[in-house]
Amino acid sequence: MRTLLLAGGLCLAAALPAAAAPLSTDPSTNSSTNDTTRRIERLEQEVRQLQAARRPPTPKSANAFNPAVSAVLTGNVWGYGRNPDGYRLPGFQLGDEAGLAAEGPSLDESEITMQANVDDRLYGQMTTSLSGDATGTDVSVEEAYVDAVRLPAGLGLRFGRFFSAVAYLNTFHAHAWDFADAPLAYRAFLGGQLGDDGVQLRWLAPTDLFVEVGGEALRGAAFPAGGGHGATPGVWDLFLHLGGDVGVSHSWRLGLAQLWADPRHRDAAIGPASTFTGDSDLSLADLVWKWAPNGNPYRHSALFQAGYFHREERGLLEDGAGVTGEVGGRQDGLYVQAVYQFLHGWRGGVRYDWLTGDLHGDSSLLAATGLASGHDPERATAMVDYSHSEFSRIRAQAAWDRSGPATDFQWTLQYIVALGAHGAHAF
Amino acid sequence: MRLFLPLLLSLTIATPALAKLNVFACEPAWGALSQVIGGDDVRVVTATTAAQDPHHIQARPSLIARLRRADLLVCSDAELEIGWLPLLLRQANNPAVAVGTPGYLAASDFVTMLDIPTRIDRAEGDVHPFGNPHIQTDPRNILPVADALAARLAKLDPTHADGYRQRHDAFVGRFRAAIQRWEREAAPLRGVAVVVHHHGWTYLERWLGLREVGTLEERPGVPPSTAHLADLLHQLKATPAQMVIRAPYQDRHASEWLAHRVAVREVLLPFTVGGTPEAKDLFALYDDTVHRLLAALPAAAAAPGAAKDVGR
Repeated sequence: MRTLLLAGGLCLAAALPAAAAPLSTDPSTNSSTNDTTRRIERLEQEVRQLQAARRPPTPKSANAFNPAVSAVLTGNVWGYGRNPDGYRLPGFQLGDEAGLAAEGPSLDESEITMQANVDDRLYGQMTTSLSGDATGTDVSVEEAYVDAVRLPAGLGLRFGRFFSAVAYLNTFHAHAWDFADAPLAYRAFLGGQLGDDGVQLRWLAPTDLFVEVGGEALRGAAFPAGGGHGATPGVWDLFLHLGGDVGVSHSWRLGLAQLWADPRHRDAAIGPASTFTGDSDLSLADLVWKWAPNGNPYRHSALFQAGYFHREERGLLEDGAGVTGEVGGRQDGLYVQAVYQFLHGWRGGVRYDWLTGDLHGDSSLLAATGLASGHDPERATAMVDYSHSEFSRIRAQAAWDRSGPATDFQWTLQYIVALGAHGAHAF
Repeated sequence: MRLFLPLLLSLTIATPALAKLNVFACEPAWGALSQVIGGDDVRVVTATTAAQDPHHIQARPSLIARLRRADLLVCSDAELEIGWLPLLLRQANNPAVAVGTPGYLAASDFVTMLDIPTRIDRAEGDVHPFGNPHIQTDPRNILPVADALAARLAKLDPTHADGYRQRHDAFVGRFRAAIQRWEREAAPLRGVAVVVHHHGWTYLERWLGLREVGTLEERPGVPPSTAHLADLLHQLKATPAQMVIRAPYQDRHASEWLAHRVAVREVLLPFTVGGTPEAKDLFALYDDTVHRLLAALPAAAAAPGAAKDVGR
C-alpha cells in the first residue's frame, strides 16, 4: 500500500511535465519548470503526510452491526396550586397517561432508543422508556416497529407498536415537544399520546407538493379505544398530510385525519369511575408553520402550530355503582401555540388550549361519572427554554389551568439531554 | 377532430424528451456539479442553500416530496447530513436512492478525508467521526467526484451516456486548467496565518497552504463564547493572524468582535456555490474565494497582477 501510494504520487508527478513546456533556457519556460518542480515536491510531501495519517485497522468485532443506540434523560420539578391528584377534566373521560405528573422533583421517563437496518428491505426501531418512583420501576415499550423500506410506488409500511400518525405532535416523543406537556386536546382525545400495536400503510404522491395519504389499523388497547376486541382492530384511521415551502424561509405542513375507535369497557383511569362502550369517531386537522430567515435557524426562528379536534361518541356509560345509561354527543378541542427563538439557543413560547363538550344522557349519570358538560376547560401556558447544544435543553414553564371551575397555577422546570447516536431532525 | 390525432401524436412524441433524470443534491456544490455534467438530460434539485448550515436542516415535507421522485441522490455524507438525510430517506419511500444502490452517491467516498478524530466524544463538540465533511472547499476534490458522478449518471441513464461523458471531459479539462491558474494566483497566500469561525476549511487550507492558528468556536458546533474569544485574543497577540474567515451561514458578530480588537481582516468566503453573489458556479466559487483571500492580504504582500483575473 505504501509503495503503491508513493508510486502513484510519483507517476502523477511524472505526468505533469508533459503538460508543461519542454525544458529550455528560455526564462518564460524556466519559471513553469520551477512551478512543476515545486508541485512535485508538494505532492511528495502530501503523499508522506497521507501515509502518516493512515488509520490503524479496526479490530474485528461481533459488535460491528450494533444498532444506533441513544438515550434521552428527562427530569422535572413540578409545582401546583392545587393537588395534582385531584385533577379532573370535566366532561371528558381520562385515560391512563392523561393525568398530571407528581408534584416536586422527579425523574421523568428515561428513554432508550435503538434503531438499525434489519436487512436490505426492513428497518427496525425500538424505544423503551423506564420510569418509576420509590415503589418500583415501570418499563414500557413505547415503540417497537419495523418499516418495510424499498417498497415500490412510494408506499411505506410500518408494523408493530408505534405512535399513530393521525396528529402532528403525536409522532414526536414527549422530550421533543415544545412544551413540557401535551395540549389538553391530546389529553382528552388521544390519552396524552396515541400509541398502539397495529399496521400503518402510507403512500407518498410523486408530486412537488408533499402529499402523503395513509391509514392505520390498531389493536385498540390504548385510549381512545380501550378494551378487548378479539381479532378485529379496535381503531381504524385515515390521514392526509400536505406540506411544502413558501420561498426559502417558510415551511408548512397540514394534516387531516379521521379516526374510528371502538371502545369496549373503556375505564376512566383518573377521576370518578366510569366505563364506556360504544363508538368514538374523531376528526382532526392540524397545521404547523415554521420560519427561519433564509432557512437558517441559527439566530432566529419561529414556529406556529394549531390543531382542531372534533369527536362524536355514542354508547353505553356505566358509573361506579353499576348504573348504566345511553350517552352520546360531540366534544371539540382546540390548541394554538407559537414559539419564537429570540437568541441563539433561547426560545420563548405561548400556548392556548380549549375544550368543550356536549354529551346528552341521563343527567345524574353524567354528573356521577364527571362527564357532565357545562364548563369549557381552558389553559394558557408560557415557556422559555435554553439549549446549549442540540443535545441538551432546559426549560421553565408556567400554566394557568382552568380545566376545572377554579384556576390552578402549574409550573415546571425541566431538563432534557440526549446521549449517543445522533437523533433525527424531524420537521 | 382533424387536429385531435396529430395533437395526440405530438404529445406522445414529446414525452421522451421530458424524461429527464431527477437528481437530488444535498448541497449546492453537488447541485452545480450535477447540472454541469448532466446538462439538459437532468433536472437538479438542491436541498440546501449556501445561506444554510447543512448540519442543521430538518427533514421538511418539501424535501421529502422532492426526494420521492429522485433517480440519483448526491450528498457529501461523512455524517454531514446525519441529522436529516436518514430520516428523509425513510420517509421518501424511494427505493431507487437507498444507501448502497446506484442511486446513492456519497461524494466523500471518492476523496481522501482529513481530520479523522482520534477521540469521538461529544465533549469535544460536534465532531465528525469519518473526517471533515466539507470537502468542497478544495477544488481538487471536485475532480474525483465529477468522475464518479459522470460514471453513475451513465450507468443510470445509458441512452445519454455519451452526453455525460462529453460534458464531463469538457468540464474536467477546463477545471484542471482553472485549478492551475488559481494556484498561481494564490501563491502569496502560502504560509499566511488565519483564524476561522468553524473548523470547516481544512481542505482549503491544505490546498493553498494557509495556516489555521485558531477557531472562534472553542469546539466544533459550540458557538463562540466570550471566555474563549478572550483567550484567542491573547494568543493572537503573541502569534498574529492576517484574517478571520467565515462562511455565509455563520454569525458575523464574533468575527467583527475580533476584527475590532486585533489587526485581522474579516473575510467572508462563499464556502459553496451561491455563498456570495459572485460565486454563481463552480468556477466562480474558487475565483471568488481566491480573490477575497488575496484582497485581505496587506497590500505589500499581494503579488501585483494576481487579482486581475476575472472569469475563466
